[in-house]
Amino acid sequence: MEGLRKTLTGKAEVLESLAGHPAVKAILAWNAEALADAKFDRGELTLTIAADLIRPAAATVQAAGYNFFEDVTAVDWFPSTPRFQLSYHILSHLYKERIRLRVLLDGDAPSVESITSLWPAANFYEREVFDLFGISFAGHPNLRRIMMPDDWQGHPLRKDYPVEGYH
Amino acid sequence: MTSGIPIRKAPLATGARDQHMVLNMGPQHPSMHGVLRLVLEIDGEIVVRLYPEIGYLHTGIEKSCETKLYQQVVPLTDRIDYLSPMANNLCYCLAVERLLGLEIPPKAQWMRVLLSELTRLNSHLVWLGTHAMDIGALTVFLYTFREREEILRILEGLSGQRMMTSYFRIGGLAMEPPLDFFDRVQGFIKSFPEKIDEYANLLTGNPIFRNRLRGVGFLSAADAIALGVTGPNMRGSGVDFDLRRDMPYSSYEQFQFKVPIATDGDCWARYEVRLIEMRESVGIIQQALDGMPQGPIKADAPKIVLPNREKMKTQMEALIHHFKIVTEGFAVPAGEVYQGIESPRGQMGYYVVSDGAANPWRVHMRNPTFATLQALETMCKGRMLADVVAVVGSIDIVLGEIDR
Repeated sequence: MEGLRKTLTGKAEVLESLAGHPAVKAILAWNAEALADAKFDRGELTLTIAADLIRPAAATVQAAGYNFFEDVTAVDWFPSTPRFQLSYHILSHLYKERIRLRVLLDGDAPSVESITSLWPAANFYEREVFDLFGISFAGHPNLRRIMMPDDWQGHPLRKDYPVEGYH
Repeated sequence: MTSGIPIRKAPLATGARDQHMVLNMGPQHPSMHGVLRLVLEIDGEIVVRLYPEIGYLHTGIEKSCETKLYQQVVPLTDRIDYLSPMANNLCYCLAVERLLGLEIPPKAQWMRVLLSELTRLNSHLVWLGTHAMDIGALTVFLYTFREREEILRILEGLSGQRMMTSYFRIGGLAMEPPLDFFDRVQGFIKSFPEKIDEYANLLTGNPIFRNRLRGVGFLSAADAIALGVTGPNMRGSGVDFDLRRDMPYSSYEQFQFKVPIATDGDCWARYEVRLIEMRESVGIIQQALDGMPQGPIKADAPKIVLPNREKMKTQMEALIHHFKIVTEGFAVPAGEVYQGIESPRGQMGYYVVSDGAANPWRVHMRNPTFATLQALETMCKGRMLADVVAVVGSIDIVLGEIDR
């Protein structure tokens, strides 16, 4: 995978060229249906996972050698739909590379299962996404605001939140 | 603006724990390195639970980035961490350069390595001084700040700024280093190993310092990985991983250096790891000085990199490019990139998402100490209250980068 420079878009193309990749192999062996889309761009592998299956998918790549959770953050694609994208960056100390798991969520009451049971490190990161994007994480042990005051209204990193002044 | 998501209260002091006391440490506390607030539940002098409360320095830098042109984000990244601005500059520039597919000339890459390591020394010196001061060894602070001052003078000569350098640009460096730069760096690192011996003389054999750190703040290798702890803190727990060696960037693969590991996982191990790291950094800087390639310091990309002054005044094309870059910026091809580097405090990551415009659609920073803070409870639980100060000092936090 080191020398692979070209861009692969779409699940079929990635599966064809990277079928032997440890993370792809593990996900396919577990549940091929869970893999909604895939992309290999600028040396980074992105696997789009069905939103309700992110926790078992993360558990699968964790078991496949991707042992270190780096971070999770969201991207607000407002006004496009689906509105939110969650990006999980997971590093492997063994393979010395990272993969990105991606989940797409609708803008209406976005929610996804927490992965804090797999990596306690996700705790603060999920709280940050909850605070700044308003995406909730089911099963999170302590889901409350982390950056903004507890009584703050709104979620500052959403695209429909003003940059200057607030109302 | 409301989402209707209920706000939950801090899960503190529930159940029959009448004998426990809840104590606020910070946000204004001399050992909290900024404005960190620790909510401690203590049983006598033993820590039962510990919650870091952060956000006092939250300035919304990630939101600000979305309103700026790509090149205007560089000064914002300085302000995330006032002790290692160059690491933040570098990580951001590398991410955007990968989005653009820019090739950086060798001299710029080597200069970046040299300056990253100088920044590491700068950051570790402040850590050492303040950590020792928290423990009560006030003298060391004066010694480390003496050397740090010299680094800041070198950086001032280089970029015009002591702390907020903004010296790295997308596509290379801001300008050629001044004529005396290499001599000054050489002079500094020539005497620096002796200075490290001086600090070690003051601290390593000091029985009070040893007793305050040995066996305190234990973190196992498994916990370090589970809690997202990186950098010297992780290597102090025996996890052998360093992005500079294992996933090299900016030509680090051409340098020889050792990655120090300690297995005890306590504050003392973290102290030892950082002390050796400083010595290794001196070695890397020496290699960079000895083998510094010649050539340009900016990529050959006239639509992205500003032309030099003389070209701009004499060539029509260059003037047009200059005007365009300054007024409209440059479009970055759509895509997303996560760039990780080994900052002085651990693994830093910049996640930059572009939609094809001249402003980033989203910039997210993974700052190492944000995750490290989660491990604080594991390190302090069941220990004396006074040890909390030693542990907070040993993990080397900067609140600016935690809150962003």
